[in-house]
Amino acid sequence: MHPAMQALFVIVVGVGGCVGYFYASNLILDRVIFPPRGPDAGRNINRANAVRPWLFLLPALVALSLYLAYPVFATLWLSLKDTNGSGGFVWFENYRLMFAEPKFGESLRNNMLWLIVVPAAATGFGLLAAQLTDRIRWGNIAKSLIFMPMAISFVGASVIFKLIYDARDAGVPQIGLLNAVWMRFEGGIGSFLILRLLPGLLVAALLLAFVYAAWSAIRPVLQGRAKGWALAGRILGAVVAAGLAVEMAIWLKGMVFNDLPYGTPQVWLQKPFWNSFFLMAVLVWIQTGFAMVILSAALRGVPEETVEAAILDGANPFQIFFRIKVPQIMGTIVVVWTTITITVLKVFDIVLAMTNGQWETQVLANYMYDKLFRALDWGMGSAAAMVIMALVTPILVWNVWNARKEMR
Amino acid sequence: MDSIAGKKPALIWAVHLSVIALVLLWVVPTFGLLVSSFRTGDQISGSGWWQALSTQEQQLSPIRVAGEEAERDGAFVIEGTLFPKGGTTVSAWGTSSREPEAHAPGDTADLGEGVSLTVQADGGFVLTSPASTRDMRLPRVFTTASTPPEFTTENYSNVISSPMAGQSIGQAFLNTLTVAIPATIIPILVAAFAAYALAWMDFPGRALLVAFIVGLLVVPLQLALIPLLQFHNWIGIGKGYLGIWMAHTGFGLPLAIYLLRNYMVGLPRDIIENAKVDGATDFQIFVKIILPLSFPALASFAIFQFLWTWNDLLVALVFLGTGNDQQVLTGNLVNLMGSRGGDWEILSASAFVSIAVPLVVFFSMQRFLVRGLLAGSVK
Repeated sequence: MHPAMQALFVIVVGVGGCVGYFYASNLILDRVIFPPRGPDAGRNINRANAVRPWLFLLPALVALSLYLAYPVFATLWLSLKDTNGSGGFVWFENYRLMFAEPKFGESLRNNMLWLIVVPAAATGFGLLAAQLTDRIRWGNIAKSLIFMPMAISFVGASVIFKLIYDARDAGVPQIGLLNAVWMRFEGGIGSFLILRLLPGLLVAALLLAFVYAAWSAIRPVLQGRAKGWALAGRILGAVVAAGLAVEMAIWLKGMVFNDLPYGTPQVWLQKPFWNSFFLMAVLVWIQTGFAMVILSAALRGVPEETVEAAILDGANPFQIFFRIKVPQIMGTIVVVWTTITITVLKVFDIVLAMTNGQWETQVLANYMYDKLFRALDWGMGSAAAMVIMALVTPILVWNVWNARKEMR
Repeated sequence: MDSIAGKKPALIWAVHLSVIALVLLWVVPTFGLLVSSFRTGDQISGSGWWQALSTQEQQLSPIRVAGEEAERDGAFVIEGTLFPKGGTTVSAWGTSSREPEAHAPGDTADLGEGVSLTVQADGGFVLTSPASTRDMRLPRVFTTASTPPEFTTENYSNVISSPMAGQSIGQAFLNTLTVAIPATIIPILVAAFAAYALAWMDFPGRALLVAFIVGLLVVPLQLALIPLLQFHNWIGIGKGYLGIWMAHTGFGLPLAIYLLRNYMVGLPRDIIENAKVDGATDFQIFVKIILPLSFPALASFAIFQFLWTWNDLLVALVFLGTGNDQQVLTGNLVNLMGSRGGDWEILSASAFVSIAVPLVVFFSMQRFLVRGLLAGSVK
């Protein structure tokens, strides 16, 4: 049968089957099993109503259990077994082998970088775009243009950005936008301003922000005011912030002192460490629209009175934004951040299409795909999948906890 | 809120300029690929797409002299033009790859054995030889020339009909459609019934089930690949359309149930209770009241699921198999990037064929998409 005909057939059978199932099962329940007649009429109605929800839920529950819940445990099981799953039970041997592999360490490091940079950048740009577009008349057009990449596949976006990153020999005209711009810099005053001073100031600002964050996290601890979980959380937060601050300091030093290879076209995707950022840019480009749409709705929900009160008290626009609006939409910012975090953990297409993990750009999802379908090592592939699951679990627990809280 | 900015014209200008900069930053990448997809291969490699409208000067690939030979004054002459299309202006030319710019237009080059060649600025050439050139290998002419901008739709007709990496983009387009449409419709129906039960029926364990579904929302589908592939092999459907439809249905269900339930909970209680008092069964209430009222939520999920299945690569690679006849657009594009990585006229046109449908869906249904996003994330 031709696939298109098969598709049509499946639609008809699927839709018809679903409707038929629900209709018939309800009918059987009411007419045959628990008919609302005879001596037990009342009890039968109650019984039928107790069973009915499960009739409605059954197909969905079966599909969910089979396609999402069961695989979690099956993958866990596979990850404890020998290569290709047919072998014996080897406990944590797969994990041990995997952690010993340099490529896995590289994937984990890169994933951490992705996890910090992409949600931060996408949420930040989204917030900026939301705040700015809400104030102007053509804001809706601007929004839908920034939102547009959302519809483009990761692979399509990879093609788009590969053209931007394209590099050719120095003698011929550059067709990649980034290299064309890069070749304009020749080390003069303009280059100094744009490539050293501007990013230097940005990084310095970030450095100060992290130092401040670390300080405000650790201050109550030093004063002995934090106890228990709060203490642990604050110390952890301070350590992370301090680590980021040190990283920023290293960047700052590099920005001031490193020689830049002016006048030579750069093969951006083959420069270790930095190429990861060029891949991240693709995902940030896609996800910013999502962050913008949700944050813009949240910003509109901020009560007018709070803003007006701030204006009367003489707050400037920046104070209104950072002190009044952002704290009120903090919950939404967290939701956006975690949603993008989950997307980042699953990112696979971009890396596969642009570098396929070469030049130190490997990430967990692509590493896992490599193990499963190129090396055909199901044990280690499953172990890698479990690592992704482990990274998602905190978000999963937090989501479920929130949902439970709402249901009450 | 506008009043704050309204007081300071400078700030309003800064806002406008920043938004323009942001929009440009977000649109330019796609626009660049779109422009490239309408240029010829020579033009793409000759200059950046941002120069597509200007005449470009570049070294063209060598052209072999050809034409009818005529005998004139005891010499054999071939006359003709290198650029039958016209519009090209030669600024330098040569007859060997080592010295491609040896001569100026109008010069006559001595090719040895009495053969001489003259090339004019417009590409017209005269080859003169004392003996017949019939058995001779005619010279190749290297030109550095400025060519006017040229746009074409040939790239599209090429990629749609002829197979470049496995199969043609046209075939892959049909395959993608075959995957996406059932995978969009089936989960909606299954999810709608479940969402109704979770929203409007009372039964023990309801809260627990909702939590279960919220938990499944974030389970990475990477975990599902191997167990499900084993399962599909075990029940005998292996790799193929049936498998991928089922997989997409399973993976799409948590979001579908979650979105639809959140929407249905918000429907007015009175309508449903009145219907119950009037003796309607749950099935009737669902079909006649809930489904029509939930149309916006159904539409927004349908758009999500369609975009997701259309744009998906991983599920297609794993469950559809890697056979050429079942390749989807994304898979085909990845293959092209591997094998024809430098041929931007092919890549850009293929990419745009794959992007076109989601973009049309996006721009025509944006309202529902935004509503769905908001229902899913903000409460």
